[in-house]
Amino acid sequence: MIDTEIKVTPEIAAEHGLTPGEYARTQKILGRDPNFTELGIFSVMWSEHCSYKSSRVHLKRLPTTGTHVVQGPGENAGVVDIGDGWVAVFKIESHNHPSFVEPFQGAATGVGGILRDIFTMGARPIAVLDSLRFGPVVAGPGAGDATKQEIASNRHILDGVIRGIGFYGNCFGVPTVGGEIVFEPCYSNNPLVNALALGICKREELFFAKAQGAGNPVIYVGAKTGRDGIHGASLLASAEFSEESQQKRPNVQVGDPFLEKLLLEACLEAMRTGAVVAIQDMGAAGLTSSSSEMASRGGLGIEIDLARVPQRETGMTPYEIMLSESQERMLLVAERGREREVFDVFHKWGLDAVEIGKVTEDGMLRVKNHGVVAAEIPAHAIAEEGPRYERPIATPAEVAAKKTAGAAAQFKFAAVGTELSENFRKLLAAPTIASKRWVTGQYDSMVRTNTRFGPGGGDAAVLRLKESKRALALATDGNGRWGYLNPRLGAMHAVVEAARNVACSGALPIAATNCLNFGNPEKPEVMWQFTEVLDGIGEACRALETPITGGNVSFYNETLGKPIYPTPILGVLGLMEDAECALGSAFRTVGDVVLLLDGGQAEARAGAAQEFGSSEYAKTLQGVVAGMPPAIDLAAEKRLIDCLVALAGARAIASAHDVSDGGIAVTLAECCFDTEGLGVQAEVKTMASDEAAEAALFGERGARAAVTVPSASLARVNQIAAQYKVSVQNIGTVARSEFRIQYNGSPVIQGTVESFQRPWSDSLQKAIEIE
Amino acid sequence: MKFGVVQFPGSNCDDDALQAIRTVIGQPAEFIWHQSEDLGGSDAIVLPGGFAFGDYLRTGAIARFSPVMKSVERFARSGGLVLGVCNGFQILLEAGLLPGAMMRNQGLRFLCRQVHIRVEQTDTPFTSAAKPGQVLEMPIAHMDGNYFCEPATLAELERNNQIVFRYVAASSAGKNSENGQPLEAADQEANPNGSLQAIAGICNRERNVLGLMPHPERAVESPLGSADGLVIFRSMVQSLTGKPEQHEAQKIHSAVRV
Repeated sequence: MIDTEIKVTPEIAAEHGLTPGEYARTQKILGRDPNFTELGIFSVMWSEHCSYKSSRVHLKRLPTTGTHVVQGPGENAGVVDIGDGWVAVFKIESHNHPSFVEPFQGAATGVGGILRDIFTMGARPIAVLDSLRFGPVVAGPGAGDATKQEIASNRHILDGVIRGIGFYGNCFGVPTVGGEIVFEPCYSNNPLVNALALGICKREELFFAKAQGAGNPVIYVGAKTGRDGIHGASLLASAEFSEESQQKRPNVQVGDPFLEKLLLEACLEAMRTGAVVAIQDMGAAGLTSSSSEMASRGGLGIEIDLARVPQRETGMTPYEIMLSESQERMLLVAERGREREVFDVFHKWGLDAVEIGKVTEDGMLRVKNHGVVAAEIPAHAIAEEGPRYERPIATPAEVAAKKTAGAAAQFKFAAVGTELSENFRKLLAAPTIASKRWVTGQYDSMVRTNTRFGPGGGDAAVLRLKESKRALALATDGNGRWGYLNPRLGAMHAVVEAARNVACSGALPIAATNCLNFGNPEKPEVMWQFTEVLDGIGEACRALETPITGGNVSFYNETLGKPIYPTPILGVLGLMEDAECALGSAFRTVGDVVLLLDGGQAEARAGAAQEFGSSEYAKTLQGVVAGMPPAIDLAAEKRLIDCLVALAGARAIASAHDVSDGGIAVTLAECCFDTEGLGVQAEVKTMASDEAAEAALFGERGARAAVTVPSASLARVNQIAAQYKVSVQNIGTVARSEFRIQYNGSPVIQGTVESFQRPWSDSLQKAIEIE
Repeated sequence: MKFGVVQFPGSNCDDDALQAIRTVIGQPAEFIWHQSEDLGGSDAIVLPGGFAFGDYLRTGAIARFSPVMKSVERFARSGGLVLGVCNGFQILLEAGLLPGAMMRNQGLRFLCRQVHIRVEQTDTPFTSAAKPGQVLEMPIAHMDGNYFCEPATLAELERNNQIVFRYVAASSAGKNSENGQPLEAADQEANPNGSLQAIAGICNRERNVLGLMPHPERAVESPLGSADGLVIFRSMVQSLTGKPEQHEAQKIHSAVRV
């Protein structure tokens, strides 16, 4: 055992983020004090980011099995069966902290990391979606008390993040097909960058990260190891931000999408030789996590010699090599005697491939440097025996107050008969509602020629499968404001909205992945939010039969002690039997009838006014964030979803768009925008006798979707809807260029489509590039 | 006829081109590795889109030195058909097989969207199946598509009718622009990247080498947005096989599953 220069003391352990209890645990596992390298290894692997120490006991409550599930949580990504011998591999992951410290590289490496998770399983990535949250980029009631400086900083972060996403995905050659961008004051200085990747492969081509066969060679492939990203997982991702956080820029990794593209092709080609036994990417905690986790999963050990690791800097210590988070690297186990086949493939692609060690029987992660042991720890202890906490939970007082305050007291409804066109334009220009085309136009959304519906085309992204008749649909969703007002309801809404979007595109939701973004779990109120959210996701996913197949938890999203809204992001995957049945959201033909489908039977409900305080409209127009998210009826959501899938399958409808942010008015407007001059004549009827026009037009109650139908198909649609017990309300017709909504007989919104589209199309670009 | 699709490290539209040619156009196609000097008996060569060698240094600057480019150059000089799409166009410029250079898009941002380009010349092997002035809808996806050349080169391009495609407004069908005449305002607005004279594609003087920024291989199936790119591949097939042009694009489309 070499004695590295730095002697480990309890103080140094504390600097590494280990509590005294955790430090004592390392001593117990080793039967001695850890040396400096070993301390580094424990500190990253037992960080919140890698060990899930605060969340693991709760995550067990999520449903993770189902008819389509091939692989649930625990591998690099989830796997579901999509028929004809093919599987879909998908997962969402956060890269929030790095994206705040260095927006461009933070977002770029977020995309790079999730792509590796997919192809390390043998699947070729076919799509990426990004769920992004930023602080306000324009002033106004919806920006809360964001300062000018904050707004400027948020614009800078947004610009860097979208450039980073484009930089990586465009070069790698995967289409960025969807996602969402939402703005709330709580994300100032703490943006969320959650990237979801989807890949496909034959079921028998799947690879797992489980070391097998003592004596088999351990091979390092891909980029050389440098000093970047050291402690990315532990110091960046597992701690709150203070004023000095910008100084952590050297902890952010640097991405090279070209190298990753080569790594993708080389890995898939190497896997096809049959000489690869197991493979895992070096993501968070780099060489440490890939080696110890592969060994641990296989119940074996791994011994490596760091002197053989390709390095791009001289004089790196074992500590630095083990903790580096340099990107575009993989660790694989090959079959002894067939190393040459693996080397040949990687050399063909101009990549390093070096045997750095072997699989052993003794269960130890043994790290040597020039033959001298630098670290020696039971692999299972690092990977699986980390601390697990049942952290204290407490209902926060603030939320309770918000609940009882109600919206009626805070949101001032306009007088009866008020013309709402101008308010509507303001809502359409709100960055959360506004067109994201300026952003998504910077992403290659078409490469690989599978994109049936890309950004803005439909409620979900739809990818046809060249290998079969089928198509896959994907959507992400999550409303942090609702999570804040009621975490459990907010989480349920995230699930049902993503699923509803998938159904609107014509696909049946079959599985989900989640990214759980929260504040500091050491605060009992944050833990309360977390457990509430898990219960909400669990309940909704069970009801919709969309098990969770993977994802990640991101805690410590706090800057200067201010946590973000609890923001669960759900990615829902849908399967469409016939790609030709895919539906877009845009209106198609003048004269088509617009129907409002309602899984909830359109009955009047108590509490609708109170719910309005949680709407995008209330926030944008009056800065009100109060009351409760809309009540949720999971059975109604399921009915609507099944009905939409049946309607699409029967080719009975021409378009479908769900009712969500901004209510039915925004839904109808979005159906008109970016068409060849189509408009709508609609009549929205009251739900309850005293319902305000604003509540009816902009209320965000779920389980609803607007579909268009050629009049010849009306009877068929009514018949199918009746089968699924979904109510149908004829609310208007597709018109030419005029946009008109009446409420209880009197016009409340009217103008040319163009006059509403302009504020919607321009606002985001104006905020970032012009102002 | 056999197409050869060159694979550089970092090419990422290679699969798309191969797929379009094989399954939609119905012609044989094979990959050619960048380190090979053997074009495998190809009748036409496609340099696909992507980020060859990561676009390091400049787009196409490293790829042009690949061993395969020696053979592509010989092939082109001897009259073989070479189609460069997007990054392939950039490589052709760097290799000197086409004149001019690419600058970063005017807005300094990557642009991916459907654009309209007008066929300015139909007497090339790549556009012979198109109608004069026909407007094609195709996607672009690039960071460096802002074509530039010296005034003398531009004059030569115009004199020799080498400007094959221009970015135009969707409504500009049939309005073939006169060389040297300023473009109509609507067309100027339609120029996505600041390209000189709204140039989207040019050919060499001998007309057997074509480079264009839009992606015809992404525009061969209507359900994915457009099938207008077919006309380029069909022109190539027709000019090589000498078979009469088939005006049955519809038949091809409907045979293609979404």
